[in-house]
Amino acid sequence: MKKYRVNKTKHVDQTKTVSFDFDGKSYHGFEGDTLASALLSNGVHLVGRSFKYHRPRGIMSCGSEEPNAICQINEDTDLTEPNVRATEIELYEGLKASSQNCWPSVNFDIGGINNFISPFIPAGFYYKTFMWPKNFWKKIYEPLIRWSAGLGKSPTKPDPELYDHKHVHCDILIIGGGISGIIASKIAAKNNLKTILIEDKNILGGSTIFQKNENYKINDKYSGEWIDAEIAELKKLDNLTIKTRTSLAAYHSYNYLLAKENISDHLPLDKRNGSIRQRLWKIRADKVIVATGAIERPLVFNNNDRPGIMLSNSVKKYLDFYGVSCGLNNVIFTNNDSAYETAVSLKEKGISVEMIDIRKKSNSKIVKNAEQLGIKIYWNSTVVNTFGHKKINSIEIMNLSEDGSNVVGNKIRINCDCLAISGGWTPMVHMHTQSGGKLDFREIDQTFIPNEIEKNHINVGSCNGDFELEEIINNTNKKVKNFLKVSKTEFDNTSVLNSKELDKKNIWLLPNYISEGKCKSFIDFQNDSTAKDIKLALREGFKSIEHVKRYTTTGMATDQGKLSNMHALGIIADTAGVKMGTLGTTTFRPPFTPLTFGSIVGRSVDNFFDITRKTSIHECHTQNNAKFENVGQWKRPWYYPINDEGLHDAVQRESKAARDSAGILDASTLGKIDIQGTDASEFLNRVYTNAWSKLGIGKCRYGLMLNEDGMVYDDGVTTRLGENHYLMTTTTGGAANVLSKLEDYLQTEWPELDVYLTSVTDHYSTASICGPNSKKILKKLFPDKDFSDDAFPHMSYQNGKIDEINCRIMRISFTGELSYEINIESKYGKSLWEKCIEAGKEFKITPYGTETMHLLRAEKGFIIVGQDTDGTMTPIDLQMDWIVSKKKYDFIGKRSLYRSDTIRDDRKQLVGLLTDDPYEILEEGAQIVSDMSKKPIEMIGHVTSSYFSPNLNKSIALAVVKSGKKMKGQKLIVPMENKNINVTVSDSVFLDKENKRINA
Amino acid sequence: MFLINCPYCGERDQSEFTCGGEAHIVRPKQPTELSDDQWAEYLFMRKNIKGVQFERWNHAHGCRKWFNMVRDTSNDKIHAVYKMGEKPPVV
Repeated sequence: MKKYRVNKTKHVDQTKTVSFDFDGKSYHGFEGDTLASALLSNGVHLVGRSFKYHRPRGIMSCGSEEPNAICQINEDTDLTEPNVRATEIELYEGLKASSQNCWPSVNFDIGGINNFISPFIPAGFYYKTFMWPKNFWKKIYEPLIRWSAGLGKSPTKPDPELYDHKHVHCDILIIGGGISGIIASKIAAKNNLKTILIEDKNILGGSTIFQKNENYKINDKYSGEWIDAEIAELKKLDNLTIKTRTSLAAYHSYNYLLAKENISDHLPLDKRNGSIRQRLWKIRADKVIVATGAIERPLVFNNNDRPGIMLSNSVKKYLDFYGVSCGLNNVIFTNNDSAYETAVSLKEKGISVEMIDIRKKSNSKIVKNAEQLGIKIYWNSTVVNTFGHKKINSIEIMNLSEDGSNVVGNKIRINCDCLAISGGWTPMVHMHTQSGGKLDFREIDQTFIPNEIEKNHINVGSCNGDFELEEIINNTNKKVKNFLKVSKTEFDNTSVLNSKELDKKNIWLLPNYISEGKCKSFIDFQNDSTAKDIKLALREGFKSIEHVKRYTTTGMATDQGKLSNMHALGIIADTAGVKMGTLGTTTFRPPFTPLTFGSIVGRSVDNFFDITRKTSIHECHTQNNAKFENVGQWKRPWYYPINDEGLHDAVQRESKAARDSAGILDASTLGKIDIQGTDASEFLNRVYTNAWSKLGIGKCRYGLMLNEDGMVYDDGVTTRLGENHYLMTTTTGGAANVLSKLEDYLQTEWPELDVYLTSVTDHYSTASICGPNSKKILKKLFPDKDFSDDAFPHMSYQNGKIDEINCRIMRISFTGELSYEINIESKYGKSLWEKCIEAGKEFKITPYGTETMHLLRAEKGFIIVGQDTDGTMTPIDLQMDWIVSKKKYDFIGKRSLYRSDTIRDDRKQLVGLLTDDPYEILEEGAQIVSDMSKKPIEMIGHVTSSYFSPNLNKSIALAVVKSGKKMKGQKLIVPMENKNINVTVSDSVFLDKENKRINA
Repeated sequence: MFLINCPYCGERDQSEFTCGGEAHIVRPKQPTELSDDQWAEYLFMRKNIKGVQFERWNHAHGCRKWFNMVRDTSNDKIHAVYKMGEKPPVV
């Protein structure tokens, strides 16, 4: 371990050892390490296999752009998590991590055979190959692809961790705690603005924090020391909130941003103490300053993917921040000055390093410095090949031709154990584009930079294309001043010593003496797409970058265009002979880095997943052993089993009791809307299909509500409580939508109507008592009241009192039985129910649930909106012509009832079905056919409701059937999986056609 | 997630609102006098513009008032918010 830990830094405490497991082997690192830096300090580069060819892959970077070092952590525990970047996970005692995408192991991977058959699996291989033979798909191709596809293993158990959400507002949000983010935060907070600074690492300072070099100075201090002092001051500012370990996931419109804070992920499992694991911050900021920095570009050359090939700036960070040298014998391959910082840093620590530069020369101070230190530089050269299977051991280089399009001269072989590459820098414009911002292409260094026309955010620092220290400080200061309307800042006269030149040579695909077809020059390391794949896609006719991306899978999965996109674009532009700026870019979509499902869901799990609504009578039902059914958010009693009764037996018993003596139902969940105003009657006339003007005070009426397209929308009984006062009931599930619809018409189409709507669903509880003995029970509850048919007829309502508590009694029926509904203020619901049960005891009053309610109404052929209708049924289709007023000039949906489509007589119409075998019960949803001989067999309808009626002692069903109205008596067939059931079309009213029971 | 300036309550988060589709489609006063085609025009035909669109919105989890809004669907910029019955602004 000592071998590679060559440097002491203040960020890693080399006195505190941390032990961890990787791929079943134990290692040691130190406090302050990431999993990646700890592995590298142990000389471990090989961490995974590539997705398609299963080539050995090593750690390539030190941040969120890492394409290879993707691990499964804490496997075999409930906390296991796939696709964690080793470069981002902070090392803790006992961490267990393993490689993904290899079988049986990362060192010996069967899938590696793909590498040798790679000429046969080019881009679009799947689309081209698995087409034929057709019958291979289901049994062979699909299972095989499914087995080999996918990254990592999902946890199999519920996540035991806690997650949290927090909503915050601020004046200024700054994304990124590097040098420009720090400058921006200081200016904002010092000018009395409520500021939040978020940074995804555990400390602020970005890459400036590990700069300690004569070549980079701010106000005559090493830039690293200067930033340390700035950070110390920053922490003292009152109106600045600094959130480290917090990564921005999404930047939505109107400055609404999501950020994920890691709270306990860096702690050993036994120290997490059940605290919150991650918190999702939902931030609404007045202004946003994006300072997300830049990502170093790789170079694209043959075999550029071996373990040990890394980004140059990452090699520097591992050395200067973590104290780890990625190799002892380094070669750096570059096209720009920034890689010389890495070279100088290595050399100063006595580590061997040589440079290969595709440029012919550079006159910058840093390059001169490197030469003075005796670093060998191969100018005008390129790497043409690399060697070493599981780790790089040597490279081959050649000179470039004059125009850089080819290689010339002899091959030189150089031994190395680490090849650092630098292709320049790509500004992280993800946030800018996620917010809707556009990009401009800058020719000089071939970068896309933000085009700022938006007024509510700016980009500063290297994400804005400012790569040199001087530019970064001065431009950030200037831009932030303008943005926040500040006239003077402490950064106005900062002196900066800069040592680099912008001069850079760009060759997207480096030339080679080996033919293109035999080169493996990777563009997207994670998805294994190569330069060859891009060119093939172009030859096959793909032009749009969005199409090339999907065909070759470049920039997909966790990369999301971070490392790979620029090269793909560059190669497309070169090959097609067009300007890169004209190609556009692919779309950068949130999340920028993956979010856990836990953080998205937050506390909305288990009982908090959705609201549960219970009636005030609920407790009586649970005491009575009720089984519940979900109706929207409501819990409604489904049936009340006695002893070990099942659904069928309970429902048969309940249904019989309700018709033979008395049953009681909790009807509190029905929607209730209080309607008042001088135009209330006119309003009802417009929203229901039937007439309402002549309904007397104290009377009730059933109403059917349509959509403007003529289709049945809702139904229910409305009671006229006073001259200008109605109480409307709606279906349980439709309550909220009906209210919204009525409000919409009132506010937008008929604002002249004097009508007021109030939802009173929760205000009243309802007990519905039905059966031949219901009148006797009501008499016991209201001894002073006259319940004779003359004094209290069907479809009327009266006020009553139970123990001085006001009730409304409606004599209405959804079962066809003599029936009363008692409404009482919700808080008395339970006591009302208990009194009803007590009063009904001598008549064996039987509580019944929704299943029995459905059966009883089906016996009478009453529809349930949403069960017998599905948004395509008109009242005419339902054979409910009687409820559609012919006299009214207009109501919602009237005109649609005689559109060419709605007057067709071959529409599906509601009918009854009787099975030839009376004990055969049809399945709801079963298809209905009339002619089995003609293939394909035509489906002419389906069963909507089906029950065994204990009162008729036979099976009954409702169905919708094409031209059903004309089919009464006709034989039809309901084909099931193992038999065909013969049925006869009947009337949809099965019981008591004369409606005698209502007045029994 | 945009911020919507409800004409009755002020600026609120989008999650409090529901969109009711294209605005300024008036329900015909005499539907029975319309041909099938004319009625279908009212019933079914809605614009789906990439650009400036006039929309109905409802402050469903707030004052429950309906109002109109001018929104550019290509960038979600809200150009104007006005009450039902008010004249649409020129954008």
